[in-house]
Amino acid sequence: MNWSPIILTFKLAIITTFILFIISIPIAYWLSYTKSRIKPFLETIVSMPLVLPPTVLGFYLLLAFSPTNKVSAWISDNLGISLIFSFEGLVVASLIYSLPFMVHPIQAGLSKLPINLSEASFMAGKSRRETLLKVLLPNVKPALLTGVVLSFAHTIGEFGVVLMIGGSIPNETRVASIAIYDEVESMNYMAANQYSMILFAITFIILLFVYTVNSGYLKQFWK
Amino acid sequence: MIILDVRKTLLAKENHFQLDCKLEANKGDLIAIYGDSGAGKSSLLRMISGLLTPDTGSIEVHGELWFDENKKINKKPQERKIGFVFQDAALFPNMSVRENINYAIPKKEDKKWLEEIIRMIDLKDLANRSPETLSGGQKQRVALARSIARKPDILLLDEALSALDHSMRSELQDYILSIHKSLGLTTIMVSHDIAEISKMADRLLIMEHGEITKNGDPVSLFSKRKVSGKFQFTGEILSIKPADVIFIVTVLIGKNIVKVVADKKTAENLSVGNQVVVVSKAFNPLIYKIDPS
Repeated sequence: MNWSPIILTFKLAIITTFILFIISIPIAYWLSYTKSRIKPFLETIVSMPLVLPPTVLGFYLLLAFSPTNKVSAWISDNLGISLIFSFEGLVVASLIYSLPFMVHPIQAGLSKLPINLSEASFMAGKSRRETLLKVLLPNVKPALLTGVVLSFAHTIGEFGVVLMIGGSIPNETRVASIAIYDEVESMNYMAANQYSMILFAITFIILLFVYTVNSGYLKQFWK
Repeated sequence: MIILDVRKTLLAKENHFQLDCKLEANKGDLIAIYGDSGAGKSSLLRMISGLLTPDTGSIEVHGELWFDENKKINKKPQERKIGFVFQDAALFPNMSVRENINYAIPKKEDKKWLEEIIRMIDLKDLANRSPETLSGGQKQRVALARSIARKPDILLLDEALSALDHSMRSELQDYILSIHKSLGLTTIMVSHDIAEISKMADRLLIMEHGEITKNGDPVSLFSKRKVSGKFQFTGEILSIKPADVIFIVTVLIGKNIVKVVADKKTAENLSVGNQVVVVSKAFNPLIYKIDPS
């Protein structure tokens, strides 16, 4: 069995989740306290990938990443990164595609905290940044875990977007979900089943882990 | 010296109403604000602290402008040296008692200050506990300790003691009084408890519909008639028992239980739980019910 699609899938999921974690915290924090008029627009943009068919997203990314596009041409000329049919392109697409899965749980967690906690921290002379890092985030650990695991799992399950902008280049863009499709296309059910079983088992374990940790089930053994 | 003159339209549940307050306080004053819920008491404290921005007016503290609508000055809450105690304590659940207090201590401050606070508010035994394991009164003690960690000029108490039972409340009142004096604070407290206000405050402001309608000495504002007693205490009636032709009224004053004799007419006007002021005129103590209206 060829392990490269599985390894590529996890590489993509780890990198995507890591970057998403860093960029989603400020977005989620801002959304959780702002009363700005542009809040609904930003929320809409963050949530779009939830309802938009992945092919729509993939199609526009395809146009955006095309070498005829000035921005993507500039990136390609100056940074030497081509976003189309490349692993880097998959990462960018995954960031957009999985953004709501990271932002929503963190935003919900932060919104549920009593406003007094932030205010008490401001009264202690601490900035918003310090309040977020030392008071708010440590009290929404379950939300952070949920965000990390959901974006990770969602990136593993990506198919439509990858197919549109990544194609199926071995070791570059041929992730597990694409590999399964290819194997089925070529009537190679045995290989398709192996990939499927691995994804099935891993996804099950990941979600089970989140639910047990967040329900406090494991705490009774750790005391 | 605090000079405040602010206006703001507040969004109440039923309708909008206008908050319009003028207030002057000297350094070292302990001022109580009393009034119905929704009268704008908390909003006033939040405007002093910077958590809420007035529409117009100005706030000056010790010669420094904290807010001035005309001059476009609005200091951030972080830049105003204020200690604020919330009704629900608002302790940080991820930190121990010691860490909660230490969090609010400025980095350049001497390390001894933390131990000093812990000693002043008797938190040594609780220092390593987590907030969730504390009782309501203990939580407020920690919140009080945290509020003075910055060495503030002003201490604001927003119904800080109203969720506590009587003995806890009395204990915390003593801590607040001793801190108020030893740190030379200007303290403004919102309270619903007449006995508490009478015990602690130098001055009482009564707020109604966003305005300060009365301003003066607590006992004379609360009692209908003017009394000139040799000494006077406020407390709560615990029991009223007939004894021959008179009645014995048992009153809890601070931590002390005092028995006062009352005639039938006075006793009929009193009931258990009433807030009263006990006054002695030379030799015979008199007892009057205190009424906020």
